[in-house]
Amino acid sequence: MSVENPAERYLRSDRMPHIWCPGCGIGTTVNCFTRAIDESGIPMDRLAVVSGIGCTGRVAGYMHVDSFHTTHGRAIPFATGLKLAAPDMKVVVYSGDGDLFAIGGNHFIHAARRNLDMTVICVNNLTYGMTGGQLTPTTPEEAIASTSPYGNFEHPFNLPYLAESCGAVYVARWTTYHVTQMKKAMKEALLKKGFSFVEVISPCPTLYGRRNRLGDSLDEMKTYKTRSVIKNGADTKEVDLGMTGSIVVGKFVDRERATYQDAMEAFYSRKLGNRYVRASQ
Amino acid sequence: MHADPAGVLTGAHFIDGDHACCEGALAGGCRFVAGYPITPSTEVVERIALRFPEVGGVFIQMEDELASSIAIAGAVWGGKRAMTVTSGPGFSLMMEHIGFAIMTETPCVFVNVQRGGPSTGLPTLPAQADMMQARWGSHGDYELIAVCPNSPQECFDLTIKAFNLAEQYRVPVLVMMDECVGHMMERVIIPKPEEIEIFPRRWTNAPLDEYLPFEPGEDLVPDMARAGQGYRFHMTGLTHDEKGYPDMTVTGQARLLGRLIDKIKKNAAALTDVVEDQVDGAEAVVISYGITSRVAQKAVQAVRAKGRRVGSLRLRTAWPFPEHLIRDLATKVKVFIVPELNFGQMVREVERCAQGARVVSVPHAGGTVHDPAIIVQAITEALR
Ligand SMILES: Cc1ncc(C[n+]2csc(CCOP(=O)(O)OP(=O)(O)O)c2C)c(N)n1
Ligand code: SF4
Repeated sequence: MSVENPAERYLRSDRMPHIWCPGCGIGTTVNCFTRAIDESGIPMDRLAVVSGIGCTGRVAGYMHVDSFHTTHGRAIPFATGLKLAAPDMKVVVYSGDGDLFAIGGNHFIHAARRNLDMTVICVNNLTYGMTGGQLTPTTPEEAIASTSPYGNFEHPFNLPYLAESCGAVYVARWTTYHVTQMKKAMKEALLKKGFSFVEVISPCPTLYGRRNRLGDSLDEMKTYKTRSVIKNGADTKEVDLGMTGSIVVGKFVDRERATYQDAMEAFYSRKLGNRYVRASQ
Repeated sequence: MHADPAGVLTGAHFIDGDHACCEGALAGGCRFVAGYPITPSTEVVERIALRFPEVGGVFIQMEDELASSIAIAGAVWGGKRAMTVTSGPGFSLMMEHIGFAIMTETPCVFVNVQRGGPSTGLPTLPAQADMMQARWGSHGDYELIAVCPNSPQECFDLTIKAFNLAEQYRVPVLVMMDECVGHMMERVIIPKPEEIEIFPRRWTNAPLDEYLPFEPGEDLVPDMARAGQGYRFHMTGLTHDEKGYPDMTVTGQARLLGRLIDKIKKNAAALTDVVEDQVDGAEAVVISYGITSRVAQKAVQAVRAKGRRVGSLRLRTAWPFPEHLIRDLATKVKVFIVPELNFGQMVREVERCAQGARVVSVPHAGGTVHDPAIIVQAITEALR
């Protein structure tokens, strides 16, 4: 008797094998994501996945839903147009740390500020995987990257703090070690109305792991296990990441605020009365 | 199909080109606009912001032009007709997404109300110096469509046309206005909705499991789906096959690019849109577009008054360049005179097609229009 892997129906089997390296964490996040969709009850035809460019940017191409592989850094503004045009779609942006927070940082902060109804999943591998392991805005101080060969002296972003400050209504962080919690966070994010953000700390053994002598991905899992501290509701100011020290994980933010579209419709209805015509699907 | 009456302000109006462009978009079925303010184009989005809530449209002021130029692509794949509006510096930022729209065959409209450049240049003053950027500004090789209105009426008419061509060919269409036509007030007649032809989206009706999102029809253009219909399609800016899946091979590249270029090139004659005036039997022909065509017309009339046979040819579609037409004309006339508000951009195309006929460029640095006397002098000297 063969049992279908629940992930399979959400993936484009005609595109396998995928491009990711052995031991890469991106696949683990996708596995959790498919299960989160499954448990969320969101119909596949109501789900769109939008990615930017990068190793993580390839996720959209493997998802068996309406999927969009856009340009580097611009998945969020693409998703903004898509969501405003097709409000009954659940729109998920799935991309890497460089894509979302270096070249795309401006779009992230504004989408969070507007509370656009979308879920952003960031696979944070602390480096630019696709282009060979360069410095990214989340690379910890001291870490070696191909463009910081002596180590990084820049101060990195603390993503949950950034997301919360800009107005995200749901913020969680887990590592690829925490598959159950990650899946649950993704599901909660999918079902949350408004701008939800899930950061997943993920190994890139090929580049970041090798350069920083972190061992193979199994070793990285062990590190995640020993360094992680679960603190739901933690003050996001205090969850920044270093080369050593604790990795604070958990659900940090879960709050309510009118979404962009709800605010827009309520506002125009109030100002224009029956002159206001809602956008048709 | 005809225009949705909700968006059509039928009647005679006294408005500028920016406002007329907005009305053209509304009449052309545009229901999503993303923009970022920039002189001299801002009035277009200001009017959109005012008009859209009453016609079921969504306007969003994005955080920059990179965002607005891809938000429109998202909206198109969500089912809308969409446009963005900008000028010089913003147009530069949009280049990547013109390429993205070409590669993903996303029908959409980019309006550029041209001002003097480079860089911040002359924010409030006219130029026509983005014509080559319009053609070649995004990386890679491609074909697209660009139209050039020379009056507020044409800002209205050609914006509708831009939406229709975008849908028909599934390409981005650029409306290359300039500060003068954008800000000049004139009478604009908006026809009745039933008099406005709309080329609808080429929705696919393929069965759910048989649809190939990038399989072209006979005219080389594929039919389109939108998110949420159940097709579960994929699209990417990578070189891709009919399924929309990455196909980064030499043959894949040749096949896709060949088709994307051919779907425009093979229709260049159908896309040609020029206004000819006394071109038959002319010794010299003045080729112009946009605001410069109105100055050129004055000059042409002045030279004709002295008994010379001078024709005028005005480009309403700049890209694809009406190559066949100029090549044909080149066998009949002695000289082409090409005034434009730049140091010589479209004149290069004329030179390419002139086949021995002389070509005289009448450049201008921008900031204002040509003095007609300069064009008169150029024509007179060319005929000597
Ligand atoms: C405009 C632009 N600049 C640069 C690149 C090259 N590039 C491709 S992916 C990438 C970085 C990806 O890093 P990240 O988002 O962290 O994703 P990862 O590959 O690590 O999953 C860069 C710089 C590009 N494709 N487009
Ligand atoms: S380079 Fe790193 S991020 Fe990219 S697939 Fe390989 S392990 Fe994963």
